[in-house]
Amino acid sequence: MILPALNFPKKPADMNRRDFLKSGGAVATLALAPGVTLMAFGGQASAAADPGKRWGLLIDVNKCPSDCSACVSACKVENGWGNDKHAADHPEAAPQWIRKVSLTDKSTGREFALPVMCQHCENPPCVDVCPTNASFKRPDGIVLVDKHRCIGCRYCMMACPYKARSFVHEDVTDQKTHAPRGKGTVESCTLCVHRVDAGGAPACVEACNTTGNAAMLFGDLNDPDSEIAQALKAYPSVAIRDDLGLNPGVRYSNL
Amino acid sequence: MERTLYREIKATRQIVQLAVLLAAFIAAAALAVLYIEHHGHIVTGMNNQIVWGMPHVFAIFLIVAASGALNVASIASVFGQVPYKPLARLSGLLALALLAGGLAVLVLDLGRPDRLIVAMTTYNFSSVFAWNILLYNGFFVIVGAYLFVQMARSMPYGVIRTAGTIAFLWRLVLTTGTGSIFGWLVARQAYDAAVMAPLFVAMSFAIGLAVFLLVLGLITWLTERPLGEKLVARMGRLLGIFAGVVLYFTAVQHLTNLYAAEHSGIEAFILWEGGLYTNLFWFGQVLIGGLIPIALVFHPTGGAKPASAFVASALVVAGGFAQLYVIIIGGQAYPLEMFPGYQVTSGFSDGVVNAYSASYLEVLLGLGGVALALAITGVGMKVLRILPTNLSDANIGQD
Amino acid sequence: MKRLFVLLMLLAGLSAAPVLAGDLGPVVPRASGKPHPEGNEFWRINHMLLMVHDRDQTMRLGNREVQASLAECVDCHAVKGADGAPVSAEDERHFCRTCHDYVAVKIDCFQCHNSRPEAPKQALRTPEPADMPGILAYLKEAGE
Repeated sequence: MILPALNFPKKPADMNRRDFLKSGGAVATLALAPGVTLMAFGGQASAAADPGKRWGLLIDVNKCPSDCSACVSACKVENGWGNDKHAADHPEAAPQWIRKVSLTDKSTGREFALPVMCQHCENPPCVDVCPTNASFKRPDGIVLVDKHRCIGCRYCMMACPYKARSFVHEDVTDQKTHAPRGKGTVESCTLCVHRVDAGGAPACVEACNTTGNAAMLFGDLNDPDSEIAQALKAYPSVAIRDDLGLNPGVRYSNL
Repeated sequence: MERTLYREIKATRQIVQLAVLLAAFIAAAALAVLYIEHHGHIVTGMNNQIVWGMPHVFAIFLIVAASGALNVASIASVFGQVPYKPLARLSGLLALALLAGGLAVLVLDLGRPDRLIVAMTTYNFSSVFAWNILLYNGFFVIVGAYLFVQMARSMPYGVIRTAGTIAFLWRLVLTTGTGSIFGWLVARQAYDAAVMAPLFVAMSFAIGLAVFLLVLGLITWLTERPLGEKLVARMGRLLGIFAGVVLYFTAVQHLTNLYAAEHSGIEAFILWEGGLYTNLFWFGQVLIGGLIPIALVFHPTGGAKPASAFVASALVVAGGFAQLYVIIIGGQAYPLEMFPGYQVTSGFSDGVVNAYSASYLEVLLGLGGVALALAITGVGMKVLRILPTNLSDANIGQD
Repeated sequence: MKRLFVLLMLLAGLSAAPVLAGDLGPVVPRASGKPHPEGNEFWRINHMLLMVHDRDQTMRLGNREVQASLAECVDCHAVKGADGAPVSAEDERHFCRTCHDYVAVKIDCFQCHNSRPEAPKQALRTPEPADMPGILAYLKEAGE
């Protein structure tokens, strides 16, 4: 059986299928047999997650006001969580992809706040403990849950030092097309992988910039010329629970 | 002394009544599972702070008891203690049944139990959880084979001994794996300790023997088969030693933590100010599950009475359950230490002790697992020649 | 016994009657886009294989330029209800359900995925010059 594969140009999100057919052309064919790659795309390697990259965030705690939660609201809208049926009456059971944590230094009394989400570790404990490989790290360092494979055992939630993962405790409807989520599986911050793949930045970063605080910087940690790499080189920063040696992709300055 | 005769148990009125009772519990658990799966885990007491709850306490209790229940057979086959030999078959059967019950609870609490096939076919070999799946499956195969060679006609003793040794070593690895599910969790203050593995092994010795004694006492009483007082008292004393070993490892665990300033928070929580968890620890685990049973079985006069061993067994079971509740629920109730030296608050329960109260659904699911384990044991004894007809002191061998 | 057999056959015939009227198969709703160049038969047989393959490509490797994406299936095949809005997989008119109900195969997609097209949203990034031919073609067709 021969499958003529189509080469689609990079597509903006508001185009539909027929335009791809219109503007695309066949590039490769491959026999369809069990265990064999179904199709090959000409020159498409660059379209996939680049193993040479490592996406990360740098959060300047000094620029993050305690009363602002624009990043959390933006994430809710972007990824469609926070409005589950029992989110209000069972907040402890409601999923939380990103949260604002308020801190008070016990010895000095200094008060500040910062957002905490999946820290996209280089050595993620959630990936180590997942029995079915549902937790995984993409080649470009983004840690995700494969909800097709997640059996809902919640061991990753036990293993995560950041409480970044949530279990969906009830039926979910009207999910965002780019952020599928459903009952009985675990979910967490995806670093807005759909935006990153389209060349954009996570919704939280965008919202933070919109407020004018610009406390969050997104970029490729591996690219020495990127803004984030330059900032990390120039100013001191820390990772939460650095002692665990997980090398998170999310860093904080002025913590 | 006559030969030890193993005979199927008869379906007497009492046995049938017990079977109906167990079936009712299993059916209730099945309904609870359907209800949870339909509505989601929102109907349970578990949430995104306490992610493992009452079903996990039951499941791990049963799994730990399973490997421990095999000890009686190991003592007979591996360590050659003659009086235990007639009990070896029941020990193997009970071990299999308890593991099946525990795994049933664990699996039915999954968010997507319909995807069990994924867990069976996709392994992540860096996951201690995945290792445990292999260890559990291996346990079924090995203990099944061990039971078979014990019951096969004219099987040379060497074969039984070899099978028993493999099963014994496997069960040590298995419980090490169960303990390591917690011991290797670096993220949480309450876990992340190598002592978890030997602690769980010790717990399995104590809980497993206690469950075995209770089941043996119940079934011999129901079938009106004689059970030697000396045999029971002897197993009771062994139980006392095991309970002491559990206390020892518990003391090591907490003393080590107390010495490190970074763990002072969790230790204060469990040992002094944790409310329910502190009470469960001191009164449930240490007093009821440790000191009282030890005192009962080693009492100069009362220790020889079978009642002491049975009461001690019931107390060890209760104490073991309390201990697992403190480890599993208490360990999660204590807030995750993300920012040492800071006072933490958030909209997602950061920095606060997490509350948990099990829903009746979770309790039904857990009890269903216990009922399933007992039902499998009962059916096994009904169809196979597991239980000796005469376990009186006069009739069993002495060493 | 014989009578029972006849009765059963009659019942079977009755229950099969609506199916026969529909040309031995379910009535699949028309999609809004152009036909698959590979043919409907190919997609009917292989859609699961293609979607599973491409979903792993997308999710695990970040390859977004795949051919079989559930979102695009849903976009193009959406069936509108009486109110003019696309129906969800709860509705038996949903395009997936017309066949899946017929062959009694459970769909496990829509516990997590949305079974309806999402309302058009803003482009996630500024279009690059390379995209322009496609966009112009789209606009042209939309104007027609």
